[in-house]
Amino acid sequence: MGFMANTIVSSDRVIDRVRAVVADNQRISVDQITADTRFEDLGMDSLDATNLMFALEDAFDISIPDDDAKALHSVRQVATGIQKLLIERPQDTTVSSG
Amino acid sequence: MHRVAVTGMGVICAIGSNTSEYWTSLKDGRGGIGPIQSVDCTNLRFRNGAEVHAFNGNDHFDSKRADFMDRFAQFAVVAAREAVRDAKLEWTSALRSSTAVITGSCLGGQTTEDCGFVDLYRQGRNRVHPLTIPKSMANAAASHICIELGITGPGFTVSTACSSAAHALGLGFWMVRAGVAPLAIAGGSEAPFSFGIMKAWEALRVVSSTTCRPFSRDRNGMILGEGAAILVLESFDMAQARGAPIYGEIVGFGMSSDAGHLTHPSPDGAAMAMQKALADAHLEAAQVEYINAHGTGTEVNDPVEVAAIRTVFGKHADSIAVSSTKSMHGHALGAAAALEAVAAILALHHGVIPPTINFTAPDPACPLDVVPNCSRRADVGYCLSNSFAFGGMNASLAIRRV
Repeated sequence: MGFMANTIVSSDRVIDRVRAVVADNQRISVDQITADTRFEDLGMDSLDATNLMFALEDAFDISIPDDDAKALHSVRQVATGIQKLLIERPQDTTVSSG
Repeated sequence: MHRVAVTGMGVICAIGSNTSEYWTSLKDGRGGIGPIQSVDCTNLRFRNGAEVHAFNGNDHFDSKRADFMDRFAQFAVVAAREAVRDAKLEWTSALRSSTAVITGSCLGGQTTEDCGFVDLYRQGRNRVHPLTIPKSMANAAASHICIELGITGPGFTVSTACSSAAHALGLGFWMVRAGVAPLAIAGGSEAPFSFGIMKAWEALRVVSSTTCRPFSRDRNGMILGEGAAILVLESFDMAQARGAPIYGEIVGFGMSSDAGHLTHPSPDGAAMAMQKALADAHLEAAQVEYINAHGTGTEVNDPVEVAAIRTVFGKHADSIAVSSTKSMHGHALGAAAALEAVAAILALHHGVIPPTINFTAPDPACPLDVVPNCSRRADVGYCLSNSFAFGGMNASLAIRRV
């Protein structure tokens, strides 16, 4: 389930993966979601956002701190935050497929 | 219609193992929030809670009986014993068969369930303990109070998340007022410190990583608490006739449902509960001088509650003291409203308003007098005690000084 844990993370690939997770989690078509889509534009409320953070943690095998989660309002913000978490993560994992 | 007196109270929580200790902590502004000791928090995003330390069921029950009770039921019976003793009740068979017992609990005996599921899923065992169901059922607390006191009248349990005990007390109040029961033993209990439940709260991202700071600008969430509070409600005439202590009078109860969002509170629903409590009590808004707030300390709850108070009380809101005692005893979920009702009754009884502690700086979104950090002398005639649950189920109790 992990995503490119020990390789250089491609921003576009992270964005595409985030779009896919959002689409699946919110039951909407991925075509409706771009890098600049804001979650409120999708009609998501705070509980939807919490639900999405849980799905993202699963998809990328990461843990998103509460304070960080509060600051994530768009696909691009999430992708940037996830890239940071993936880079900061200890490099002892062997997971590398997306 | 009967007037309804509060003639006995029992409490066990993080800031007191009885009502007297509880009140001393409240008036001194002494909190009970600290590092959680009963559960390993290594893999949790939060570390602090408001636990009842050094509680051992075997100190309160013979060991065989203790085995039959989850911690949440033990708390309830310990509090009920104190409340009944405090009320100086003399039981007759007629009183036993007409008294109502109504408890509130959000989770029931989840610690017992959690242990059983660890056995099944982690230890690979193929069975759970046969007492898992009778210990974990949410009405176990009410059942054990009935068994303990030999009460054979109506008994039931209300589960409306964080409003559970307010609904239990409100229904008890209405039953006594209507003459359906001469006496109601009502309140709530909770024991939420099990790893599975704490993980579920963590996932909801509403628990503070530090402490509970209701209405404060830097508040960052609620703090879980545990315990029980049980009140004896009885007809005023009966209480006076038998010379019982009367700590206060419950005069109104209001309920509403947001019919909106599952976790995001609505100022309209909260306001409606308070308005209904005032109407039920035949009170004018201007008569209310203190509100024991729901005041969880989450980013969203507090400004919504302040907005609701402003809707109901208008300009008079600036003259009302509003405090959240959750800053001291934590959020004890299904027990919270009963702990807070006791705090409110004692505030009126002693003429001292308990503070909102851990307050650092005012939030422009919460512009009310929140009694920051220090209690205050004030002779209050009427107050409200608010509870607004997840699921949008709201309740407010109106209380009169006696």
